[in-house]
Amino acid sequence: MNKMENMKGAKALMMAMEKEGVKQVFGLPGGANLPMYDEFARCNIRHILVRHEQSAAHMADGFGRVSRKAGVCFATSGPGATNILTGIATAQADSAPMIAVTGQVPVAMIGRDAFQESDIIGMANPVVKYAFQPRTAAEIPEVVKKGFFIAETGRPGPVLIDIPKDVQTNEAEMVFPEEFKIQGYHPWADPDIVNVEKAIDMLLHSEKPIILAGGGTIISSAFAELQAIAEALMLPVVTTFKGKGAFPENHPLSLGPIGMHGHAEANKMMAEADCVLAIGTRFSDRSVGTFEAFEKRLKIIHMDVDPAEIGKNQTAQIAVVGDVRASLRIMVKLLLQRAIKKTEETPWIKHVKETKAYWKENLKLHPGELGAAKILRKLRELLPKESIVTTEVGQHQMWASLFYDVIQPGTFFSSTGLGTMGWGFPAAIGAKVAKPDVPVVDIAGDGSFSMTENSLATAVLEDIPVIVFILNNSSLGMVAQWQRTFYDRRMNGVDQGHCPDYVKLAESYGAQGIRAQSMDELDKAIKTALSSDIATVIDIPIDPEEDVLPFVAPGTSLSDMILPS
Amino acid sequence: MWAILSILVENKPGILFKVTHLFRSRNFNIDSISVGVTENPEFSKMTITTYGDEKQVEQIVKQLDKMIDTVKVEHLDEHKTVYRELSLFKIKLSNANDSMEINKLANAYGGKVHDVKRDSIMVELTATPDQIQAFEELAKPFGIIDVARTGVAALQRSGA
Ligand SMILES: Cc1ncc(C[n+]2csc(CCOP(=O)(O)OP(=O)(O)O)c2C)c(N)n1
Repeated sequence: MNKMENMKGAKALMMAMEKEGVKQVFGLPGGANLPMYDEFARCNIRHILVRHEQSAAHMADGFGRVSRKAGVCFATSGPGATNILTGIATAQADSAPMIAVTGQVPVAMIGRDAFQESDIIGMANPVVKYAFQPRTAAEIPEVVKKGFFIAETGRPGPVLIDIPKDVQTNEAEMVFPEEFKIQGYHPWADPDIVNVEKAIDMLLHSEKPIILAGGGTIISSAFAELQAIAEALMLPVVTTFKGKGAFPENHPLSLGPIGMHGHAEANKMMAEADCVLAIGTRFSDRSVGTFEAFEKRLKIIHMDVDPAEIGKNQTAQIAVVGDVRASLRIMVKLLLQRAIKKTEETPWIKHVKETKAYWKENLKLHPGELGAAKILRKLRELLPKESIVTTEVGQHQMWASLFYDVIQPGTFFSSTGLGTMGWGFPAAIGAKVAKPDVPVVDIAGDGSFSMTENSLATAVLEDIPVIVFILNNSSLGMVAQWQRTFYDRRMNGVDQGHCPDYVKLAESYGAQGIRAQSMDELDKAIKTALSSDIATVIDIPIDPEEDVLPFVAPGTSLSDMILPS
Repeated sequence: MWAILSILVENKPGILFKVTHLFRSRNFNIDSISVGVTENPEFSKMTITTYGDEKQVEQIVKQLDKMIDTVKVEHLDEHKTVYRELSLFKIKLSNANDSMEINKLANAYGGKVHDVKRDSIMVELTATPDQIQAFEELAKPFGIIDVARTGVAALQRSGA
């Protein structure tokens, strides 16, 4: 350990990142990070060039969500740094581990409104887990080590490292610490066994218990534990949208996502339940509707790694703070010890299964050949179960929530917290870099894809073959739906009539473009895409008037769902 | 509920901004704030007073605790705590008796008189916010020209 070596700050940065296992970064250079870029030629880290820094952050985000290791993005100072802010905020909202490295003007120029100076630390502070600005080169190794630790542990999040140009070029005796201390950071708490015990009793003594699995379940990979508990206690499982696929969606106990665009059966059962085991969720307004209605009728058991989530949006009767996988493991153990395994179907489970069957039969779907449900079910049918899916933001995202069943837990990712259009495609590229051997598909809308479509250049030049699956309604569909529903069909600013021909667009980047105008063509297109080794865009024209239903309008509760008529 | 929070933070630039920003972004209010370095120069102590119901205060404490630069966050029990605020009042002297009256008032509250001029007088008062408020009410009729208050500093009593 503690080997002293004299070197430049920029080199120390690369070495420190290599020690953290970084194999690639996503970025775009500029004046203030040139010394760092100069080091890429001399280290074993691959640099993946983007066309816009926001995409670099989303790629790092996608990489991080899939690999559970912080993805790294690079940007220069000023506009480069401000461009990645949206990506950083997106990662923060969804607790994704990320390291963003920005260049900064030299220390002596800070505060003088120098060319391409921006106070990125000040701007980013509210949307990062932590931000560093080393003022001397010698600080860099420790800052990097601490940065990765903070980004990846506890509730993960983005960490910004802003490095002034002279700090990159100055030489110092570098110490690469193996240990360090961060006084005020306690990422782990040991779950309280007594509370887990109480939780079991509460679930056993409830008539209509249910599990609500959130994104934390996916972050901590608590899939096996979740399934064991659901099966032992015979509990139906709903998820938040971010928790979608924490539990196999083809499992008889699965009801799918609740919330604004949740499954009818999930919302119905959540609204009827009397006790909920909530795992790794912040009870977002999109998931539970109005807080008051939710809280009133339910006993809540809340498990979360972040103590600040307990009682923030919902008051819990029982709280278990700690990594949710650790907490669930304790629960599994206690269930085994107490030999609790339900075998008889309770009236509640019978009712749950009937409700589920009813809605599988009776949910009205779009009659057209290329209705959203049919398209997404076709995709599901043809994609291997280990495939990774990302989405953009809009109707297509919510149709994916409703009609694309995640079978292998932890293979579905979306910008659920910030709701960032343009996230899905670059995130898919990052995901594919993390897991090159599985198919990666971005379910997109034309509007969202337009925001980061230039990442096609990265996908082609860097040989990262992902599939973009565009449900093309030539409009900002979700906004259009709201205007149809709440603004008396006054359609303003939603027509994307001048969007490009996505087949030609793909081809112009050197990617593959396929248009699918019937179910047969779609079948072929997906198969072609899966068997090709270049990035493929599948453009699927759909009815611009198709709505996402069911829908829980904002400010209402889950029981007030609007259903297709 | 009025709450006194004692926050031990790393003594680094930018931390005051982060703490106050946290209050703003989480939709909480700061009633008063005071900051000073501790006996260990690595740390500063902030004392923040705020209003909120029990749930809100608990949430502020948790959010502060979560911050990486905060080493320790305590919600102090008002009854087991010594807490004081320093205030300076510049008060108008309109007639001959005022000076004597204000001196008496200051004495009653354990204050000190400074900068006595022909038409104004300054009172320094170190007391609880309530007492300062009470003094201010009584001084008002004389005419208050200016006030400066520091925010509360607080320490838990021994054995509490
Ligand atoms: C960056 C950003 N800007 C605006 C919005 C608001 N918004 C939410 S959904 C949506 C429309 C999305 O259109 P598209 O990607 O074509 O998907 P569709 O709804 O048509 O499936 C918009 C504009 C957003 N979420 N993100």
